[in-house]
Amino acid sequence: VPGSLVGVFSPRPLEAALFVLILGFLLLACAAPVLTKWLGPRVFLVAALAPAATLAWTLRAASRPARDVAVESVSWVPALGLDISFRVDGLTLLMLGLVSGIGVLVFLYAASYMHAGPGLGRFVATMLVFTASMVGLVAADNLLAVFLFWELTSVTSFLLIGTDDDKAAARSGALQALLITGAGGLAMLGGFILLGQAAGTYSMSALLADPPTGTAVEVAVVLVLIGALTKSAQVPFHSWLPRAMNAPTPVSAYLHSATMVNAGVYLVARFSPAFADTGAWRPLVIGAGVGSLLIGGYRALRQTDLKLVLAYSTISQLGLMMILFGVGTEATTFAGCTLLLAHGVFKAALFMVVGVIDHQTRTRDLRVLDGLGRAWPLVTAVAAVSAASMAGLPPLFGFLAKEEAIASIGDVADGWGTSLLLAVVAGSALTVAYSARFVWGACGPQQVRVIRDQDYRRPDSVVPSTWFVAPAAVLAAASIVFGLFPGAIGGAVERAVGSMWETTGHHLALWHGFNAALAWSAVAITAGGLLFWQRTAVERVQASAPQLPSAQRGYERSLKGVLGGADVVTGVVQHGSLPIYLGVILTTFALGAGVPLLGGVELPPLRLAHSPLQLVAGVVIVVAAAGAALVRRRFAAVILVGVVGYGMAAMFLIQGAPDLAITQLLIETLGIVVFVLVVRHLPARFEPVTLRGSQVPRVLVAVASAVVVFVVTLAVGGRQDRAVAEEYLARAYPEGGGNNVVNVIIVDFRGFDTLGEITVLVIAALGVASLVGVKRRQRRASVPAVGTGPDSSRDAIGGVNGEGAS
Amino acid sequence: VNRRSLILSACVRAEFHTLLLISLYLLFAGHNQPGGGFAGGLVAACALALRFAADGPDALRRTVPVDPFVVLGTGLLVALVTAIVPLTLGGSLLDSASVELDLVALGHTKISSVLAFDTGVYLVVLGAALLLLEQFGGAEPEPVPATDALVSSTDEEPRR
Repeated sequence: VPGSLVGVFSPRPLEAALFVLILGFLLLACAAPVLTKWLGPRVFLVAALAPAATLAWTLRAASRPARDVAVESVSWVPALGLDISFRVDGLTLLMLGLVSGIGVLVFLYAASYMHAGPGLGRFVATMLVFTASMVGLVAADNLLAVFLFWELTSVTSFLLIGTDDDKAAARSGALQALLITGAGGLAMLGGFILLGQAAGTYSMSALLADPPTGTAVEVAVVLVLIGALTKSAQVPFHSWLPRAMNAPTPVSAYLHSATMVNAGVYLVARFSPAFADTGAWRPLVIGAGVGSLLIGGYRALRQTDLKLVLAYSTISQLGLMMILFGVGTEATTFAGCTLLLAHGVFKAALFMVVGVIDHQTRTRDLRVLDGLGRAWPLVTAVAAVSAASMAGLPPLFGFLAKEEAIASIGDVADGWGTSLLLAVVAGSALTVAYSARFVWGACGPQQVRVIRDQDYRRPDSVVPSTWFVAPAAVLAAASIVFGLFPGAIGGAVERAVGSMWETTGHHLALWHGFNAALAWSAVAITAGGLLFWQRTAVERVQASAPQLPSAQRGYERSLKGVLGGADVVTGVVQHGSLPIYLGVILTTFALGAGVPLLGGVELPPLRLAHSPLQLVAGVVIVVAAAGAALVRRRFAAVILVGVVGYGMAAMFLIQGAPDLAITQLLIETLGIVVFVLVVRHLPARFEPVTLRGSQVPRVLVAVASAVVVFVVTLAVGGRQDRAVAEEYLARAYPEGGGNNVVNVIIVDFRGFDTLGEITVLVIAALGVASLVGVKRRQRRASVPAVGTGPDSSRDAIGGVNGEGAS
Repeated sequence: VNRRSLILSACVRAEFHTLLLISLYLLFAGHNQPGGGFAGGLVAACALALRFAADGPDALRRTVPVDPFVVLGTGLLVALVTAIVPLTLGGSLLDSASVELDLVALGHTKISSVLAFDTGVYLVVLGAALLLLEQFGGAEPEPVPATDALVSSTDEEPRR
């Protein structure tokens, strides 16, 4: 309602601006296809204004005092408790900064990476819609709105992965991502509804401030976690992320490393202060996190496609974040938030580097690449710095995050704390190893000289432009600056933690002194270095090791199972035989209406007719109905069915219902015309009816439904309650403004039903058109084939009707 | 082979426009007297069916040079818009409003927004009938195979 919009916008201009921002994104997305025709790939420079505006907004909002948290909402569907309400606290600002900051750079990068083409406008528009939904997702306070934005990111991710829709791998990758994250999203919706019902509110802040308890809540938490784990590609739902690498690299850099996959982590972070002690939370989150950390790292070590190395590395890093937020203490949350930022920065930069390499040399196979280090010093430097940050080498941003992670996990006092610490250290060692492998593979000398790729262009012949590398260079510089000057980013992290926990005054710092965390870091780096040094031995071990159960195969098998199951069910339910369809319908009717009647029903006194006219109409109906069942000519049967209808119309008229009579009369007339047109295509006569044993069930069904119809009709006549009609009659003119009650009911009282009915009518008409169209096409196709006879083109309508009429 | 009936054709020519007028009358009068969009649409459909029966599919296409899908879509759109507009004005779905007018020649009249909804129904019914006539009436039927062949091959055969 317009009034409430104004009410919302006036008191809190900053939050209201967020609504305007998102609307602006969507408008820009609408304009993008036109702009693209004009500007070509340079349209990204315009599109970058959207995340840039968000970044500016975020910085402005961050300048307010931290306690100043506001909730602003627009009521959307009040009946469902669905508001679009935004709540901007420290964690939201952290996420917004990540989404918009990396967004600007990715858009600038895409201007060099993408080429003009027919799909470019759609691509830009989808990227903008994604950015808008990501902003909405991290700022929304209403659970249902969170779900809405969550699904929007899944759908835009689907569209973006499938950008090259003429490639089968891109299409199936997009579908896989949509199916897995979509299924997770549905589970999450179930969890949200359970939580909302238990808490009596769909406001996330209210829910987290006063979390409900009980079995339903424990189930709900598991459902929400399934959503989070699928979105963040955690074991065993991770198989979609490597397949999503078929997307253009800006998509991989933005959605599948720095933002969308963080949505699950974000949700876990939000919920952990309230629900970390609930039921299966810790086993589930930490189990999936440890599995992802180790399996992702292990798999990353054996990939030869640079993008796949990064994909598995993302799974692994997200696993570590899951562990940190899943444990759910103030210190681990601090570490998690730091890692979230650090990972976004270095991983987006690394993806951009792979995109540059792929774009220029036309390969990203680390076995083919050769001589890049000498030819492209800037790219190599960016890759080395970012990979070192990923490996957690000092003095980079990634090192700070890893130190915080190890220190906070080491402080967990429980019995499983030590084993968790060992897992994290092992994961860090794997990270060091695959980071080294990435840099060595991309920029080092060619590893296996036998592999040749004829598309491959040597790096020294295709040096990338400075603009192409600049966005990645900015991110690499950020890894250094935030590492050397933690104060530049520490405030944002502290504020994010402060919005969820009572802070203890812990600060982000490069040097915490000689402590256990530093020692474990040294262990991890040494072990990772050893793994890299002995890489041929490691490869040999990996090749000979027994294959782990593959999540990809699991996905394929379950997809096949679902489709096969649907096939079987359709085969049983949609049998295709008209007698069986009719039999099911009539039996259901006879049992459904007949069984209650067995309990006894009060029948009014039986009268033959209320008037002589009625008697005449009745006789006509009965005779025509019996005739329709007995005649052998189809055409005659059609006419007789029409006569039954006309008799009914007469009956309505006698009872004083002119509207019904008119409609019935017209429908019958039109029905006969259409029937006649159809009958032209059918044999002139029905097959002869001979009573056989196999027809006994049909006779039983027919008799039973006839008897039930008869008794029900009689019973309706013996109504005891006041008729509905009286109320309608009284209300028709004052409320509906019409004297014709039937019409007022149709267009006003039950207007919504009418809307549904005409929609059904349209759909039925479309169905007829497509069925007849198919038949025509088949017939046309079968004409040239001489001697095939009528079998191939036999119309479905003829066969089914002929059978049914028997 | 020309199998058209001259008499039928002439009769239809005489009454076609009257039928259309009646259909419009039913549409407009429907709110207070017997009729309405559904009945009106059916009368119009019957008029078109008559034209089709008298002069064939080509004549029908000449009479209504609009694609049936367009008629269907327009009808549904009109009904939907009429249903939704009250929402944006602060009312509830399908609320109606009416204006009373003194039209000099036609006397005192009341025009209700319900009429727009009914017009949508009218168009959908008309479009569906047009589509049926066009789809089923288009081509002359092929010679139908003998009954025996049909029975033996389709009896109790599940169709997928």
